[in-house]
Amino acid sequence: MNAHPLVASFSGAVEFIFTPQESNVTGGKEVGGFDKTMELLVGHIEVTVLALAIALLIGLPLGLYLGHKGRGELVAVGIGNAGRAIPELAVIALVATLVGIGMRNVAPALALLGIAPILNNAYVGVRQVDPAAVDAARGMGMSELSIIRKVELPLAVPTVMGGIRGAAIVIVATATIAPLAGVESLGDFILNRNVYGENGLLAGAMLVALLALTIEGSLALLQRRLTSDGLKVKTA
Amino acid sequence: MRIDQTRVRVLLAALAALALTLGVAACGSDDSTTSGSTEGGGGGAIQSNPDNGKVSLTIGSKNFPEQEILGEIYAQALTAAGYKVKSALNLGSETVALKAVKGGQISGYPEYASTALTSFFGLEPEEVPADATEAWEKANEEFEKENLQAFEPTPFASANAVGTTKETADKYGLKTVSDLEGVSEKLSLFGSPECRQRIDCLAGLEKLYGLKFKSFTPVDIGLRYTVLEKGQADLSILFTTDPQLSAESDKFVILEDDKEVFPAGNVIFVTTKQVAEEAGPDFEETILQVQEGLDLKVVQELDARVELEKETPKQAAQAYLESAGYVG
Amino acid sequence: MTSPIVLAAAGEVGGDFFKERTSGTLPCQANESHLFCFDWAKENIDRYGTPAQQHLEIVLLSVLIGFVVAFALALLAHRTRWLQPPLLATTGVLYTIPSIAFFFLLLPLTGFGRDTAVIVLSAYTLQIIYRNTMLGLDNVPDSVKDAARGMGLTNRQILWKVELPLATPEIIAGLRVATASTIAITTLVVLISAGGLGTEMYGSNFNFPTAILIAVAIIALMVLAFDLLLLTAQRLLTPWRKVKPR
Repeated sequence: MNAHPLVASFSGAVEFIFTPQESNVTGGKEVGGFDKTMELLVGHIEVTVLALAIALLIGLPLGLYLGHKGRGELVAVGIGNAGRAIPELAVIALVATLVGIGMRNVAPALALLGIAPILNNAYVGVRQVDPAAVDAARGMGMSELSIIRKVELPLAVPTVMGGIRGAAIVIVATATIAPLAGVESLGDFILNRNVYGENGLLAGAMLVALLALTIEGSLALLQRRLTSDGLKVKTA
Repeated sequence: MRIDQTRVRVLLAALAALALTLGVAACGSDDSTTSGSTEGGGGGAIQSNPDNGKVSLTIGSKNFPEQEILGEIYAQALTAAGYKVKSALNLGSETVALKAVKGGQISGYPEYASTALTSFFGLEPEEVPADATEAWEKANEEFEKENLQAFEPTPFASANAVGTTKETADKYGLKTVSDLEGVSEKLSLFGSPECRQRIDCLAGLEKLYGLKFKSFTPVDIGLRYTVLEKGQADLSILFTTDPQLSAESDKFVILEDDKEVFPAGNVIFVTTKQVAEEAGPDFEETILQVQEGLDLKVVQELDARVELEKETPKQAAQAYLESAGYVG
Repeated sequence: MTSPIVLAAAGEVGGDFFKERTSGTLPCQANESHLFCFDWAKENIDRYGTPAQQHLEIVLLSVLIGFVVAFALALLAHRTRWLQPPLLATTGVLYTIPSIAFFFLLLPLTGFGRDTAVIVLSAYTLQIIYRNTMLGLDNVPDSVKDAARGMGLTNRQILWKVELPLATPEIIAGLRVATASTIAITTLVVLISAGGLGTEMYGSNFNFPTAILIAVAIIALMVLAFDLLLLTAQRLLTPWRKVKPR
């Protein structure tokens, strides 16, 4: 038997993920186990990817464009700062009450939270590009769109990716309380301590943490691959 | 320079904002009391006993408005009796609360006898006694085995219920839950996230009524009427003590639980034998005294104040205690 | 059996305890599609006092602890180069783990309540404060350090009299971001029974936009106030600079 209660807790949680357990309140039916874990994991990833996609679709082009034009600093930076200060619980509660529940409504709400860092970092990233490079490109006759795509964006990759990573983190985190608004995610294990027990609670927390770290790690790798070698020396 | 002037003004505005924030924070925690009349003091005012001042109690409750109101009533009553009382409301669901009692984090909390019997002691819903005293005695028997104790029950009882809009009920001719047979496959059911697996909720409906629903969607309990009103849900899990059932009786109805899957539970206060002993006789007496006035009508009024008028449980509890003359 | 059992006729409560409620006469706050109920707001603003106070306490504690720890780590890493990657990685991990998950991961160790909240929130601020402090220190031009050395200053003096003052704007920028994020995330500590403004967004207020919006407004006020406070501090600490809000 495990000597240390801490080890026992975590091993109990791991067991919960793979084998169904008994629960007091279900009248005999077992809870947890691999199938359920997978179901909720997929749900969590679904809403995260959807929200991130929406946030990218809206925030990235807008941020790049504003940065390129050098306009709207107040908007881009302001939204970035404001977005950081939005309480997630309020977003979930307000969308559930005023708009509706379910993936269709929750994903856009989560996307809202992600737009701020993406927009802000896209703007800042492009602004930081050496104007001399842009001028040279313009001198060579490149179109504005080409300049954004071939000159500014590659140079801004670290900052832009930083924004995307930030958005992913806040979206994954908020998706944890999405069950309150009708979306099945890993947060189910955490919010329903009654049904899933201590093991389920810990398992849910562990899984969310692991998911966040995996997504962050993948995006970091992606960033490294996208960053041109000349930039790699400077990136922190 | 002009820039500096603007900066200074902005700075001053910020300091004002900070002062405002601190002002709100310092504004004190006392909620304004809703004045209730002090007539009808059938229970008599609670007497403060100086001996009780040596005892510190922490009153807990589960995380649902009705529970929090009860917790506040008990906490305030015990304070009036002279105890040093802290409240730890919003603990979570019943297994969490029970653990807190056993672990000594709280002195006790109000529980539904039916929940105790099905959740803690594994009774099937049909086995829960209809009579409140019987249910309490049965629960107490089991509690004693774990050195716990439950005080006598409240006058009122509450149960889960399957609810719907009047239109839906009329459309399918629904009066009882059994009427859902053959119809439920077309209807969506909404409930709390844990409802899906609970035997006194969806799991029970599936197992004991043999019903299959088109879908089940988990939502926060606070939305159980919203989803009906918005037409998102055909059916929703409600509670028999909900204020909306009387205030908006033209809109919502509950279906009768003919197979008795949702046992009604009176509230019993659960504590440990040790705490009860150390706290002295006033502990149990005060609790029993103050809950005498809690019949269904009163509890629905209390629930209405918190869920419809959005008062705090503390305010509602205070209004009850004053109106019933327990507290001056 | 589902009909409630009445044990004892009570009727002890005064008659005017009960209010008349019918569909037509329900107040603003009972109608969930209502965005904002001004009357309710006016009458109930007091009850935000305690939650706001709890919220402030948690934020201040967390940012303070986070700053002290991150600052110390940065000073350490500034001198011991090989520590930088592992420290960056560790603080990064602590930042990436969603706070909700972190609260419950610590449950077996520290239980419910404020302690767990402060630990998790402090950990969350480490990365941004550490990174910005490092950035600020690294950005000090070598020429300046050389000049100082040439004037006979010891390494310690250079750190405290030259490098840190020059790094102040970066450090404060990090503090501003950390504070804003912490104020927002602290709303979640209601889930571990640690109070805060999240209590007015949860429970019976979950479907009540007015209460939620008031709490959000207070949070916005706090963020603004702290942000400008920190900017003021920066101005006072670096009188030689023109402050440029980022």
